[in-house]
Amino acid sequence: MGNGTDGDLGQVVDGNALAGPLTEVFAVDITTARARCTSCGATGPVAALRVYGRAPALVARCPGCAAVVLRFNRTPTAAWLDLQGATSLHFPLPG
Amino acid sequence: MAIVSPGFRGRPRPAADLPPGQYPTEDFPVLSAGPTPRVTHDRWEFTITTETGAKHHWSWREVMALPAETVTVDLHCVTRWSKFGTTWQGVSLDTLLADVDTAADYAVAHSYGGYTTNLPLEDLLDGQAWLAYRYDGDDLTPEHGGPARLLVPHLYLWKSAKWVRGLRLGLEDEPGFWETLGYHDYGDPWREQRYQGD
Ligand SMILES: [Zn+2]
Repeated sequence: MGNGTDGDLGQVVDGNALAGPLTEVFAVDITTARARCTSCGATGPVAALRVYGRAPALVARCPGCAAVVLRFNRTPTAAWLDLQGATSLHFPLPG
Repeated sequence: MAIVSPGFRGRPRPAADLPPGQYPTEDFPVLSAGPTPRVTHDRWEFTITTETGAKHHWSWREVMALPAETVTVDLHCVTRWSKFGTTWQGVSLDTLLADVDTAADYAVAHSYGGYTTNLPLEDLLDGQAWLAYRYDGDDLTPEHGGPARLLVPHLYLWKSAKWVRGLRLGLEDEPGFWETLGYHDYGDPWREQRYQGD
């Protein structure tokens, strides 16, 4: 993975950008979940992922190792969600 | 109030040059799905791997020694912008594949940074695709895929892999980064093949 953060200014937002698009497929706000990165094992809130949105779909990467944790594509007729890069999503729920 | 009428900016182009669902743009939007890889020429390498595992390598200097072509082509991005008359310099994939012995029907382009995209091998041949390293007379910047990117202008621009480092040839079509997330395996802008099933 290249180190190119200087070239990414204006390209990246945080994981809160996932909240709106993902309300169509999740009953809870996904940004409150904690994701475990398959690549490096780090765990952190989805809201802290680095989201690349100026792309054909949303790509959320681990803030630690830059691996893809989650991808989401809303086409005119479907939603595609890739969680291959997340070992788990941990949602706090009312008891 | 504009001093120069917008009509004087660029050549007017007939609507017939615009694939369905696209709009023309004068600038060159930068799309990115990850950090921009920074690869120096001395570390850069291009590799073609055949279905038998045979590898063909080129260093930057070896690519520079190959015959260069200059082409002017239109670009069509799946995010709906099209850019007319872009000029590139690079090496034809015909040249790179000339001595590669393969029975493969498909290729996966893979890039520094981990990006992949799949194409039929025949779409990389017969003067349809280039390993491009100059844009508009200048070295290709990292933001636009430098040191070198694939240029396959008859397909949507996501097929023209930025920061390309090689091709893996195979007998089966293997979906790449966007193709595994709902984008079309072929991506012909004139048939508006944006998504799986289009
Ligand atoms: Zn990680």
